[in-house]
Amino acid sequence: MTDALVQGVLLGGYYAVLAAGLSLMFGVMRIINLAHGDLAMTGAFAVFALVEQAGWSPWVAVLAVLPAMAVLGALLQRFVLARTLRVGLLLPLLVSFGLGTLLQNGLYGLFGSQARSLADSLGPLAWASWTLPGGLVVGQLPVLTFVLAVLVLAGLQALLARTRLGRAIRAAAADPEAASLCGVDASRVHLAAAAIAVALAGLAGTLLAVRATVEPYAGPLLLIQAFEAVVIGGIGSLWGTLLGGVLLGVAQSLGALVSPHGFQLAGHLLFLAVLGARLWRQHRHGLGLPVWPMRASHRRRAGPNPLGASRQGAHP
Amino acid sequence: MTSRRFVPALLVVAVLAAVPLFIGASAVDKLTTLAIYMLLASMWGLMAGHAGLVSVGQQAWFGLGGYFALRLVDGGLPVWPALLAGAVGAAAAAWLLSFYVLRLKEGEFAIATWVLAEVIRIGVMLDPLVQGETGTSLLALNAVPPALRRNLGWWFALAALVLVFGATRLLLRSAVGSATRAIGEDEEAAASLGVRVMPTKRAIFVLAALGSALAGVAWLASAITFLPRSNFSVQWSVLMLFMVLVGGLRSTAGPLVGALLLFVLQELAGDFGAWYLGGLGAVAGAFALWLPQGLVGAFVQWRGRQQSVERGVPA
Repeated sequence: MTDALVQGVLLGGYYAVLAAGLSLMFGVMRIINLAHGDLAMTGAFAVFALVEQAGWSPWVAVLAVLPAMAVLGALLQRFVLARTLRVGLLLPLLVSFGLGTLLQNGLYGLFGSQARSLADSLGPLAWASWTLPGGLVVGQLPVLTFVLAVLVLAGLQALLARTRLGRAIRAAAADPEAASLCGVDASRVHLAAAAIAVALAGLAGTLLAVRATVEPYAGPLLLIQAFEAVVIGGIGSLWGTLLGGVLLGVAQSLGALVSPHGFQLAGHLLFLAVLGARLWRQHRHGLGLPVWPMRASHRRRAGPNPLGASRQGAHP
Repeated sequence: MTSRRFVPALLVVAVLAAVPLFIGASAVDKLTTLAIYMLLASMWGLMAGHAGLVSVGQQAWFGLGGYFALRLVDGGLPVWPALLAGAVGAAAAAWLLSFYVLRLKEGEFAIATWVLAEVIRIGVMLDPLVQGETGTSLLALNAVPPALRRNLGWWFALAALVLVFGATRLLLRSAVGSATRAIGEDEEAAASLGVRVMPTKRAIFVLAALGSALAGVAWLASAITFLPRSNFSVQWSVLMLFMVLVGGLRSTAGPLVGALLLFVLQELAGDFGAWYLGGLGAVAGAFALWLPQGLVGAFVQWRGRQQSVERGVPA
């Protein structure tokens, strides 16, 4: 039980990196990139190609692949997604879904269906572990992954909070029109956001390849998990995304204790429950009622509430 | 539908129903596949093109219909009524779940329907009858002589296509149809004009689920095996996306043309496996970017321009 909790929390770091890119693109461009998981797999397989075919060290390979993924993200934004933004909300979904299909089948065509792991090329680190007081054994790799995830999120947070580019990104996300009036070049901000998002996807794919196995058709599941982490943690905050990732990881680890199918099922059910709770709250607010019906009946006994009625009128 | 178009339509259906008398067994199988594609494409087009609902989870109803049918046959119901009842059961499940998913917007709706399809798949795999990954078969169908079974499968798929297509036409011509178009254009503006958004979207969603579930049970009747991983595969949604985007999002004929094109491509290039599927994704994306009205939409526009040129009206 404690073991499952610890494993779940450590898994959450990886989910947060996976989700941060998706969340960034949604925050800035209002695009849900359905190819996000497939881009993560593309990054992982690019690392494989460098390690296995060119004989590079995995660390060097990652350092080479991440900038390449950023360039890919910028190109994707420049030549594909920017076109969809002008037309409507459905088009980015359709186009990125088609792109994801292209990527996953392309990876299958190039690399075959075999599940691979980078763990083999890491040497002893792959199975080394620390024993914590209380006899709890944790793998060094999951801990390092988690630490790396927190560092990456902190770096991203600092970028958004402290730098000129970060201010421009936040301004464009909060109010595109006001931002462009203040001299923020929206298309350059979008390029930067897409580059960061796709590089993060590539990093997340590599992290997964290090700690588990990956295969070309894993992308869609990664997209679902990233979206679940974003929704569970609440859109718009990086630390919320980390919390969402941790909660998702914990739910999955606990679910896995119940049944082999429980791992995925528990994550999906937590996501649907959180989304449902949010819808319920919106629904009650829309009606001008408090969230819990029980308190509503209590208040009704206390007499009509003119304040509630006027609030309802102000926000139809 | 006016009687002037009703009679020819009826004739076409009668000829199609009589087709097994003239062609070979494998051709009947292929026609059945084509009818299933057309059914799936029309349903996806109905949702995306008319009500603005992009779903990545239509495979939920496709698989669930088949699963319900298997359960009913296991419980002692004859095969063909069970297939029909299975599809209706899946539509009932869609009606229940619509109260949840239809409150979601665009991307959230797309991914939530996908997650629901995954949850339903895992739930079905937990049933001992399905035996997890192994899957099961509709063994009761083996009792029917192969030739009769093949023809019944074709008639079932054809009847499902005609019924659902007719129901879609009727729905879109009724008041629900104009409400649907208003929602597809701008949901909030439609609501402010007094369009009852939720009941309209629900009617579309449940009809689309019924059509997809009918396609699923027709598929089960022709494939006989039920594998949760392939019956609930997101690949079905990829195919629907391709057919509808290439054929035409907002026309009734578009998805049918798209299905025909997919069918021909499958015959010509299906052997290329992954590259073929990847190509489908790329072509669908390219159509969405550069020809969002699809082939049928582009043809209608081109003909409109030709006619206005002939009449001497500036385009």
